[in-house]
Amino acid sequence: MASEKVASSRNSALDAHVARIDRQDKIATGVLTVIVGLVILLVVSIIAYIVIRGAGRAFAPGFLTNSYNDEAMAGILYQLWDSFYLLLVTLVISVPISLGAAIFLVEYAPDNWVTSAAKTAIETLSSLPSIVVGMFGSLFFVVTLGWGISIIAGACALTMFNIPILVRTIQQALEDVPRSQRDAALAMGLTRWETTINVLLPAAMPAIVTGVVLSAGRVFGEAAALIFTSGSAPARLNFASVNFLSPTNPFNIFRPACSLAVYIWRLTSEPTAGSTEIVWGTATILLLCVLLFNVLARLLGKFLSRRLTAE
Amino acid sequence: MAQLMPKRRLENIGLGITGFCVALVALVVVTLIFMVAQQGLSTFFVDGMDPIAFFTGQNWIPEQERYGALPMIVGSFAVTLLSTLFALPIAIGSAIFVVEVAPGFGRRIFQPVIELLVGIPSVVYGVLGLYVINALVKAVFGDAAPTGAGILSGAIVLAIMILPTITTLSMDALRAVPNQYREGSYALGCTRWQTTWHVVLKSAMPSLMTAVILGMTRAFGETLAVQMVIGGVERSMPTGLLDPASTLTAALTAGLSNAVSGSEYYHALWTLGLLLLVMSLIFILIIHLIGRKGAKANG
Repeated sequence: MASEKVASSRNSALDAHVARIDRQDKIATGVLTVIVGLVILLVVSIIAYIVIRGAGRAFAPGFLTNSYNDEAMAGILYQLWDSFYLLLVTLVISVPISLGAAIFLVEYAPDNWVTSAAKTAIETLSSLPSIVVGMFGSLFFVVTLGWGISIIAGACALTMFNIPILVRTIQQALEDVPRSQRDAALAMGLTRWETTINVLLPAAMPAIVTGVVLSAGRVFGEAAALIFTSGSAPARLNFASVNFLSPTNPFNIFRPACSLAVYIWRLTSEPTAGSTEIVWGTATILLLCVLLFNVLARLLGKFLSRRLTAE
Repeated sequence: MAQLMPKRRLENIGLGITGFCVALVALVVVTLIFMVAQQGLSTFFVDGMDPIAFFTGQNWIPEQERYGALPMIVGSFAVTLLSTLFALPIAIGSAIFVVEVAPGFGRRIFQPVIELLVGIPSVVYGVLGLYVINALVKAVFGDAAPTGAGILSGAIVLAIMILPTITTLSMDALRAVPNQYREGSYALGCTRWQTTWHVVLKSAMPSLMTAVILGMTRAFGETLAVQMVIGGVERSMPTGLLDPASTLTAALTAGLSNAVSGSEYYHALWTLGLLLLVMSLIFILIIHLIGRKGAKANG
């Protein structure tokens, strides 16, 4: 009799325990679901708010095609041009360097202190606040190298910001190429350099292109590194100019420039009448451009890998 | 033999080109550290300021040549810690949900959505903070927050910005936990939550800490979004979370264009830059230490 009692009380204690942990499990799952729901709601509402708030101005006729000092309808044509031009110059500088550095780290890097120092340097670069890169650029590229406040100085600052991201994605892309392809090429008597150029790079190309376009989105929205290197004053451009040394020539890399992101910053720090609307319009365009880069990166990656793998 | 030589030359050219790229990057980083250190230390060695007075001084008033960096240091740490505090439970919670509870949903829907947040440029967050978060803070706290600008608003904006960083890295950390651990725990009769809490989170702890530190690094160095919402008052110590304050990055952004090259003020700003640089190096060091300790704990 006594032992039965003990057993039943033990059973009921166990039942209570099971009920408790089941309840805990349900509550935890419920709380986690709510958190995830809130996060998704947050993301959607942030993007929707910006686009709705700015769409009226962003898609008003003339906003994309007028200059900032147009009296009837101030636009962002020059800033839009400067943003894309800065991005182009940055990619022209940073892609070859990152490609070379990534190939070295994957294919050649001897296992010694030089390699680990280089890796540490790249890691340091990736964690630097962009304003520190901007400060350095304002001293080194602008003053020491004598380029002045210019597109080339801004592009070099952006390059420093972009290199660690690019090196990491290209490295990853090269490492993901199946080992057998590399071995086969080396066994055929190709040197490592020939293997890299003729076998590894083509195989890694879809991932590399995706990485470059994704990084372009990051560069496109960066402003802190640009304020002191390519300037924050809206540039006046003359698209009819043929003198490549003129400060109004759109292609002159030694003229100051003002990207969309810097323009937004400048308008919020020195507000003028009606600037709030321009800020929201510009923010919408900037956001849409960056989202477009993200979509483009995915589509391009898929397209290229289909082209390259299925003949 | 002669036929093989062009190949060797080709190999050397390849090694040379790629090695040059790495050397260039390393050289730029070394130059950066050297120049920031040189300019930043000029405050103490050229202008003869007392380092202790500089880092503990409570007033930053360049017009009176008073350079005390403490208000910005406190501001930077306050927004960093507060934003991490806001973002951490949400980030870890959603990482647990999408890895442990609904993996399919996580990969197909949650991951792309959270990656959208990464893509939004810093100035756009700043605009959002300036016109929306500041107004919200003002509406909630009323007269206690006359402009809405302050450490609280800055921390809220930063929390949204570092949320994707911590979430995606935590997701990776949880996914890296071997499935046998979970199966072992389920076999003992544990519920999903018990398994998550006692087994998965515990064994993923070093990677989760790395995720948090990387988020903090981003918050500490974030510039324009904070500068636009925090109010930019570095004259004196912040007295509360609702008063306009400043951070190291905000003070740099606002000050550098007004400072005359080579002046005391210019050097003092570079010292703030040096402080930022040193802090980001310390964050890297902590991540390395955690990684090494985690590797040792897992054998």
